[in-house]
Amino acid sequence: MADTKQAAAAVSGEELPKAQSPVKQFVKKFLRRKTAVIGLLFIIFILIIAVIGPHITPYDPNEYDYGAILAGPSAKHIWGTDEFGRDVFSRIVAGTQLSLGTALTASVLGTAVGVVLGLIAGFFGGLVDSFIMRVCDVMFAFPGILLAIAIVAIIGPGITNIMIGVAVFTVPSFARIIRGAVLEVRGELYVEVAQSIGCKPMRTMFVHIFPGTMQALIVNFTMNVGGAILSASSLSFLGFGASVTQAEWGAILSQGRNYLAIAPHLVLFPGLVIFLTVLAFNLFGDGLRDTLDPKLN
Amino acid sequence: MAETLLEVKDLTTQFKRGKKDWITAVSGVSFQVRAGEIVGLVGESGCGKSVTSLSVMRLHSKDTTRISGDIVLGGKHVLDLSDKEMQSMRGNDVSMIFQEPMSALDPIMRIGDQLAEAITLHTDLSKDEVHKRSVAMLKSVGIPEPEMTLKNYPHELSGGMCQRVMIAMAMSCEPKLLIADEPTTALDVTIQAQILALMEQIRRERNTGILLITHDLGVVAEICSRVIVMYAGHVVEEAPVDELFKHPQHPYTQGLIASVPRLGRRVHRLPSIPGSVPDLAAMPDGCRFAPRCKYAQEECRATDPALVKIADDHTCSCLFSEKEREEMLAHE
Amino acid sequence: MGKYVVKRILSMIPLLFVISVVIFMFIHLIPGDPARQIAGADATIGEVQAIREELGLTKPLVTQYVEWVGGFLTGDMGVSYTNNTTVIELLTPRLPITIYLTICSITWSALLGIIIGVVAAINRGKALDLIGMVIAIAGISLPNFWLGLQLMQIFSVNMGIFPTGGVETWQGYILPSLAMGAGIMSILARVTRSSMIENLGKDYIRTSRAKGLPESKVIMRHAFKNSSIDVITVTALQIGALIAGSVVVETVFSIPGMGRLLVDSIGYRDYEVVQALILFFSLEYMVINLLADVLYGVINPRVRYE
Repeated sequence: MADTKQAAAAVSGEELPKAQSPVKQFVKKFLRRKTAVIGLLFIIFILIIAVIGPHITPYDPNEYDYGAILAGPSAKHIWGTDEFGRDVFSRIVAGTQLSLGTALTASVLGTAVGVVLGLIAGFFGGLVDSFIMRVCDVMFAFPGILLAIAIVAIIGPGITNIMIGVAVFTVPSFARIIRGAVLEVRGELYVEVAQSIGCKPMRTMFVHIFPGTMQALIVNFTMNVGGAILSASSLSFLGFGASVTQAEWGAILSQGRNYLAIAPHLVLFPGLVIFLTVLAFNLFGDGLRDTLDPKLN
Repeated sequence: MAETLLEVKDLTTQFKRGKKDWITAVSGVSFQVRAGEIVGLVGESGCGKSVTSLSVMRLHSKDTTRISGDIVLGGKHVLDLSDKEMQSMRGNDVSMIFQEPMSALDPIMRIGDQLAEAITLHTDLSKDEVHKRSVAMLKSVGIPEPEMTLKNYPHELSGGMCQRVMIAMAMSCEPKLLIADEPTTALDVTIQAQILALMEQIRRERNTGILLITHDLGVVAEICSRVIVMYAGHVVEEAPVDELFKHPQHPYTQGLIASVPRLGRRVHRLPSIPGSVPDLAAMPDGCRFAPRCKYAQEECRATDPALVKIADDHTCSCLFSEKEREEMLAHE
Repeated sequence: MGKYVVKRILSMIPLLFVISVVIFMFIHLIPGDPARQIAGADATIGEVQAIREELGLTKPLVTQYVEWVGGFLTGDMGVSYTNNTTVIELLTPRLPITIYLTICSITWSALLGIIIGVVAAINRGKALDLIGMVIAIAGISLPNFWLGLQLMQIFSVNMGIFPTGGVETWQGYILPSLAMGAGIMSILARVTRSSMIENLGKDYIRTSRAKGLPESKVIMRHAFKNSSIDVITVTALQIGALIAGSVVVETVFSIPGMGRLLVDSIGYRDYEVVQALILFFSLEYMVINLLADVLYGVINPRVRYE
C-alpha cells in the first residue's frame, strides 16, 4: 500500500496532499489495474524504441548479407534474416519509428478533425449539425477500412497516403463521440451559467465544453491508436503502403509472406511486434476507461 | 392466535467488501409475521430493511453475502434449504413486490408472458388454464381490460398499472406471505392510496400475511397492524400500530414520529433528528443511535442495549425508560 | 412492424443516393487523367481519346452518373480493362465465395463470442471470466493477416491438415473464416459480457428470481434476451470491419473472391471494377445493417412503435 502511494505521488509529480486530489485518486485507481500498467510500460518502451531505434540496431537495417539469406533465428541474427540477408531484428527496431509514427500521426490528425467537427455539430446544432452528421453517415457507409482503401486507390499508394486514409477513416467516429459528449455536457449547469454571464460561443465551446469531453476523448484516442496500427499495417500488407525497401512492420511482413514455408520467422516476428503493440494500447485504453468511468466503480 | 408464517430469529447479514473485509448490514434481527396481518418494517434508507427482506427471500448473491441466524418460512428453515428447494418456495410460498414497478418488469416481454411464466413455474395448468388464471388475476387487482393488458409491454402501462401487474404476478400462485418493498414510494399519491387499498383487500380476502417495508409512516398508519422500527441494522422497537404512534418508547421512534407533519397541528418548525445514519463500516460502539440521541449518556456509548419487553406486544431497545429520560432532561 | 421496416428502407434511399454519387465521383477524383492512366504512358492521343469516349468521360457529369447508375441496376457495370471482360462477368463467380466466407466467419464468431461473454459475465471476477477476457483482448489486438498466416503456417504448412489457399474444397474455408472472425468474436465477447453484467443487475432480474425462476432461465430468458439488443447493434457495426477483413484474408489465402479482386484491381488501376466493388461492399454493409435493424425491432418492442 505504501509503495502504491509513493508511486502515485511520483507519477502525479506532487507531494502527497492531505485530501485526495482527483489526479491522485485517478493514479491510485489506475495503478491497481496491473494489466493497464503493463500496457502503459510497454507503450513507453516502444515509444523510446521509436525515437532511438535507428541508432541502436545491431546491424544496418539495409545492409545486405548474401552469406545469410533467409537464415532462421540464431545468435548472430536473433530474429533471422530476410531474402536479401538483412537482419530482421534491426529492420523491425528501425521500422518502429515509421510504423508507430504513421499510426500516431493518422490518429492525431483524424482525431483533431473529428473533434472539431464534433464540437461544432454538438454546439451549434441545427442545420450545421445535420450536415456534419450526414457526412459522417456517408463515411460510415463504407465498411471498415474500405474507406481508407478507397482513398489510397484514388491518391495512390505510399506511406503518407496510408496515413491520410487512416486519418479520414478516424474522423467520423470521433465526430460522433465528441458530438455525443458535447450534447451531454451542454446540458450541465456550469455551461448554462457560462452562457448566461455572456461568454462568447467560441469561448464557451473551448473553455467550458471541450474539457468536459476530455474523458471520452482520451479513452477513445488510446483505443484508436491500436486500431490505427492495425489498419495501417493491413494497408501496408495489401501493398498500398511502404515500398519494399522501407523498413516498416507491415511491409516486412508482407514481403516475408512469400517465404512462409521456408522462413516463417519473417512473418512471425513483425506480426508479433504489431500484436504486442496493439495489445498494449488496448490494455492501457481498457484501464483508462475503467478508471475514468464512474459507472463502473 | 393466527398461524405464524414467517419467523426471523437473530438474523445477521454481511456483505463482502474488497477481498477479505465483511461489513455487517443487519444483525440480531428477530420478528414474526402472522397470517392475515400487515406488519410494517420502518426505518430510514440504509437501515437494513430491504437487506432483511432480501435475506428472507435469499435473493442476495451467494458469493458476496453471509447470512446467519434462523429464518422459518412456512415451517421450513430457509437458510438450510438447497437452491432448488428455495426456488420452488419463491413465488409459491412467499412472493415479493418492489419499489420501481416499471423497471421490475422485463421491458421486452409481454405482460401476459411474464404472468404465465410465474404461473407455469409452480402449477401444472394447461395453456388455456394459465391464460384464464392470468385474466382472473389481472381482474382481481383492478385492471379494467385484462385481455388487452396481457398483450402489452411494460412501457405501455403506467407506474400504477405496472405495480398492479406486479401484485397480480406475486399473488398468482397464492402465496401465504407477501413481502412488499416500498411498493408505493415511486407512485403518485392518489395511486399510492389505491395500491394500499388493494393490499388491504388481498389481506382481507385471502388472509395473506404482508411484510410491508417502507420509510413512510403515513403508509404504516394507514394499513399496518404491527410495526417494527429498524435503525442501523438493528430492530429498536416493535409494537402494534396504535400503541407505537401513541406511546413511542425509543428516542429514534419518537424522533421519526415527531418529524411527520400532521394536519391541525401547527408547529414553528418541523422537528428533525440531527445527524445521519452511521456508516456500516464504522458503527459506533454501544447504542447505535447514541451519537444522534439527545438523551445519550456515558453508558449508552459503552453498552449496546438489548431489545426488552416493556409491555404486552411492545419491545424497545433503550437503556432508559421514558420516565428516566424525562428526569434526565429535567436535571439539565 | 411492417411499417417500421418500410420506414427503415425508405430512410436508406437518400444515403444510397449520396453514396452512389460519392463513388461515382471517385473516378473523377483520381489525380491526372484516368483515361491516360488506363491507356498507359506510351499510348497515342487518339488511343487515350478513344478510351475517354468509351468511358463516357466526354459527356456531361449528370448524364454520366445516370448512365452509370442505370447500368449498375441493369447489370451493366462497365468493362474491366485488365481482364478483357465485363465487370458483371468478373463479379458473378466471386460473389458467392465472399458471401459464403462472410457467413461462415460471422456464424462461428458470433456463437463463440456470445458464449464466452455470457460465461464470463456469470462468473464475473472468477477464473473463467479472466480467461475469457484474456482471449477477447488478445483477439481484438491480433492483426487478421498475421493470424491467417500463422494458422496457415501451423495447420497447412506444418501439419498439412488444410489447404494453404483457394477454396476448391470446403476445408479451404476453415482457416480464412477463423482469421476473419477472430476480431469480431472478441468484440462480441466483450460487449456480451458487459451488457450481461449490466442487465443482471437490473430490477426485473430480481423480480424473475423472486418468482422462483431457475437461474438458468433467469439468465437466458431475461438477461440474455435483453443483452441481445446490444449484441445485435454491435454486430451490425462490426460487420463493416468483417467485410473489410475479407479483403485482407482473401489476399492472404489466395481466395478468388471480391476482396482480392478489389486489391488486384486497385493495383492494375482497373477503376470501373474498383468502383463497382466499392459500391457493392457498401450496399452489402447497408443491407446487413437493415437486417440487423429489423431484428432489433423484433426483439425490442420500444423501438417498433416510435
